[in-house]
Amino acid sequence: MSHHLVEVKDLVFTYPDGTEALRGVSFRITHGECVAVIGGNGAGKSTLLQHLNGYLMPQRGDVRVGDFSLTPETAAAVRRSVGMVFQDSDDQLFMPTVFEDVVFGPLHLGMTAGEAGKRAQDALERVGMAHLRDRPPYKLSAGEKRAVAIATVLSGVPDVLVMDEPSSNLDPRGRRRLMELLRSFEHTRIIATHDLELVVELCPRVIVLDGGRVMADGPTAILLGDEVLMLRHGLEKPHSLRHQHPH
Amino acid sequence: MPSGMAQYREVGELDELARMDSPVHRLDARAQALTTMAFILAVMSYSRYEVSGLMPLLIYPVVLIAAGKLPVGVLLRKLAMAAPFALFVGIFNPLLDRHVVATVGSCPVSGGWLSFASIMIRFILTVSAALILVSCTGIHRLCAGLERLGMPRVFAVQLLFLYRYFFVIGDEGLRMRRSVEIRSAGSALGFTVYGHLIGNLLVRAMDRAQRIYRAMVARGFDGEIRTLNRMAWGWRETGFVVGWTAFFLVARVWNLAERLGAQLMGSGL
Repeated sequence: MSHHLVEVKDLVFTYPDGTEALRGVSFRITHGECVAVIGGNGAGKSTLLQHLNGYLMPQRGDVRVGDFSLTPETAAAVRRSVGMVFQDSDDQLFMPTVFEDVVFGPLHLGMTAGEAGKRAQDALERVGMAHLRDRPPYKLSAGEKRAVAIATVLSGVPDVLVMDEPSSNLDPRGRRRLMELLRSFEHTRIIATHDLELVVELCPRVIVLDGGRVMADGPTAILLGDEVLMLRHGLEKPHSLRHQHPH
Repeated sequence: MPSGMAQYREVGELDELARMDSPVHRLDARAQALTTMAFILAVMSYSRYEVSGLMPLLIYPVVLIAAGKLPVGVLLRKLAMAAPFALFVGIFNPLLDRHVVATVGSCPVSGGWLSFASIMIRFILTVSAALILVSCTGIHRLCAGLERLGMPRVFAVQLLFLYRYFFVIGDEGLRMRRSVEIRSAGSALGFTVYGHLIGNLLVRAMDRAQRIYRAMVARGFDGEIRTLNRMAWGWRETGFVVGWTAFFLVARVWNLAERLGAQLMGSGL
């Protein structure tokens, strides 16, 4: 079985306060796919993402990443193959320098200092941030922080990349750079976002969540082009799909 | 908002100092931690009225600040931030203990004032030593060193998080203060509002701490602190620990300040 496979079957999760965040979510994402998870606020995107790297455990149903079905015992192995990029880079960057932050993952995966250092340097070069290696992360711009946050995940050499709102808080140039970077990856990519233009450009497939259920799962151009579907679930048809002529 | 900016700058300031390079910074964190512990033990072992005997110990922070090229202003500011705690510990001593134990010139000095002075000097010595330790090692290297010295891992990790989340709370507090300042139009806030603010701060800081912890776990953190700096104990480390500990012992056993004074005054004390 491929390491890059992500399969969720009838996933149910209710928070202790009684909020039913996921009510039977199922999908299957295969090797190298780039899939967007979209939906209004409270649709269950964040809860779903927290299952994908083993932070939350399924109360019912199954989450499968590569060869592992998610349980407390396999959570470490699942985290090893799923790289998670957080919505707020400040949460993700917690070490005193960029390099120490990027090397944190490889070191904690049990690599030697030399090997981990090389992985970190490679990851920083991959995102074009090697020149910032000795800077403290909290002094970087939002775009730089996001790129470094992605490097912290890449240095662990994950099979699957999961991203929560990767383009939030970025200026147009930062957003454009991020999209080029994401496009260049060959990993299986799962992107939860409200940035529907980004979805149109990057993700051939989209999963629409609402009220903790999968409302639609299919080709981006068809689902995002369906104005009725979009409006029904708190979304809207992206501008680029309204006009077929170039601006 | 200049005051806010100043505080913002302080977030992570010690981390930045820890990245500097100096002979002290290059020492193994274990050597620095051991010496700091010996220093604090020495300071704490003096009697409650001791003032002059503590003075020679000031040499330790002064030498380390000079050798570590640490900015005195930054350390003094941090010292001042912690000073109220020491002040509260000692402030009632002069009221409670009025019995005269010494005279300076013709002025009688009560035991209370003497012990108050002693507490403040001890505070300056111990807190500056701890600040220097963190400024010269960085919290990660320090915690990894302490763990190697035999501190139970759970304590080392607690220390690491305590330090990390201290800044998280500070950062959240700063954001809240900004929003309060914008909306309160400079008027004083009542106790109820402060109660809500503190409760809110706690909840927000806990949420944020949870997210940072998630980020650490997501990248394989399992409770063991791993750093890039390899720990290496050489003759410099041994010399540092033995040399300073010997000095603390000498200063503790013989009151160096009094001896020097006696020598200068020509009397054979």
